[in-house]
Amino acid sequence: MSIMNRVFWVVLIVAGLIAPHFVYPVFAMKLLCFALFACAFNLLLGYAGLLSFGHAAFFGGAAYITGHAVKVWGLSPLPGILVGTLFAMVLGAIFGSLAIRRQGIYFAMITLALAQIIFFLALKLPFTGGENGLQGVPRGTLLGVVDLSDPIAMYYMVFAIFLIGFLIIYRTVHSPFGQILTAIRENEPRARSLGYDVERFKLIAFTLSAALAGTAGATKALVFQFASLTDVHWQMSGEVVLMTLLGGMGTLFGPVAGAVTIVTLQNELASFGSWVQVAIGSIFVVCVLLFRRGFVGELARRLGAKSA
Amino acid sequence: MSLNAILAQTMLGLSQGVFYAMLSLGLAIIFGLLNVINFAHGALYMLGAFVALIGYSYLGPWLGQPDWHMGFWTALVVSPLLVGGLGMLIERFLLRRLYDFDHIYGLLLTFGIALILQGLFANYFNISGTPYPGQPESLSGIVNLGFMYFPKYRLFAILFSIVVCFATWFVIERTSLGAVLRAGVENPKLVEAFGINVPRMVTLTFGFGVALAALAGVLAAPIYSVSPLMGADLIITVFAVVVIGGMGSILGAIVTGLMLGLVQGLTQAVYPPAANTVIFFIMVVVLLIRPAGLFGKVV
Repeated sequence: MSIMNRVFWVVLIVAGLIAPHFVYPVFAMKLLCFALFACAFNLLLGYAGLLSFGHAAFFGGAAYITGHAVKVWGLSPLPGILVGTLFAMVLGAIFGSLAIRRQGIYFAMITLALAQIIFFLALKLPFTGGENGLQGVPRGTLLGVVDLSDPIAMYYMVFAIFLIGFLIIYRTVHSPFGQILTAIRENEPRARSLGYDVERFKLIAFTLSAALAGTAGATKALVFQFASLTDVHWQMSGEVVLMTLLGGMGTLFGPVAGAVTIVTLQNELASFGSWVQVAIGSIFVVCVLLFRRGFVGELARRLGAKSA
Repeated sequence: MSLNAILAQTMLGLSQGVFYAMLSLGLAIIFGLLNVINFAHGALYMLGAFVALIGYSYLGPWLGQPDWHMGFWTALVVSPLLVGGLGMLIERFLLRRLYDFDHIYGLLLTFGIALILQGLFANYFNISGTPYPGQPESLSGIVNLGFMYFPKYRLFAILFSIVVCFATWFVIERTSLGAVLRAGVENPKLVEAFGINVPRMVTLTFGFGVALAALAGVLAAPIYSVSPLMGADLIITVFAVVVIGGMGSILGAIVTGLMLGLVQGLTQAVYPPAANTVIFFIMVVVLLIRPAGLFGKVV
């Protein structure tokens, strides 16, 4: 592990532990949910080189399912999140098996179109609350012991979920499986000629990414106690692309930095209405033109250049 | 269902299908030459409609001439020129920098541009839409088609769009100008060696594709009200159309667009709740049976 990565690990854990004492806990939880979402997305874009423009379907879809499971079926929080995650996983396997039939730009368009089906379902199905979203989701008690209506208790549960998700991604990336994904990203025909079943690896990566995006969405539904159409809208799919790009795709910590930046920015600009959208769009343009490596990618390059 | 009802839904479907056809045609032309999917296509369609609306309702008062309106026919020319010009600026100064990188960056850049345009208009105009009052007198009223009464304007929009689509097809597939363009797709280096300025040709092509979107926007203005989000949802459906058709052929883009409009119209008659999603489900079926798309080349 490089020195830079060790520093990032320490910063991440320390910041995560003390955050609720310095910032509003709900805001800190929002940061963690989006950071996990972006990391899950990065597993697909940064390591497998697949640009999905439909990840809101997994994030928002899981938010609705978990919200419904906890509110109507009366599940406790952890099984609720698990149900949402499983839903996202199955959905990911279905979408993935369709989308990997085409490559590059088509892949992005197919995922976007498939996610639009989930958006219409969230708008029309009876249990989702339509335009109002699914409201009044109770947070419940963790394992029947810890009352999660206490924001600090809720925060540490969310932080734990984030860390588990992050570790899964870390392990995946640093496994032979992760190496093969990178090989597919760099040179797909070559990976194929070496005998790897490229489609199967892409599908597993897609499913895993979707499942973790679902975990993030499910957790968010409990934090805010509702699931809304914003969570499944295509704009959400775009935002997670931006978070990953801005932080640095293909870097472990980049998406966390990107998510923190974008969510903070949205929070600060919330009173400016649609100007937020203009700002997000402008960052997109600047990022793509001048800053393709993102924060962490750029930092790693500079440090690498110095030591070399 | 009676034959007349089916014919009526066919007409309604067609009047939606021509917009799919015009937009997917523009996307296909741009993709053919630049290998870029223009995510801003929907936003530029919206911009085209807004040029017509602003010209008719706002420009006169802003210039101190409250009685002056830019008419529909003028907008039909001015809007594609203006928006096409903007498209050329985008290509020349932004997109061109990305040709050496992965194609997804072009998609992401245009996505950013789409957000900027939508955000700007959402600040100043009603999200739920502003009606366009400039529909020309000569096109108001209804015509009797024998099986139904149909708004004269919609009939005009269908015929006009079909003429524009096939004129575009003719120019690209049957004239020497189009031959140069197609050669530029196949082998830009060689075309350049013949003394043709390929980068300028790319800029003009992008501008033309975008102008088609703006033209569709002007045509849509009297039918649907003009709103900052009118292009956003449409473009996703058009992406599905493009996946179904495959972007290999100009004619394919036009035919697929019209056909899917018809399918959507008929679904509206048979099972209305599925009308919004039927095109996406068709996309799924096409991906399962013929992954390269109906008119696509298998790679």
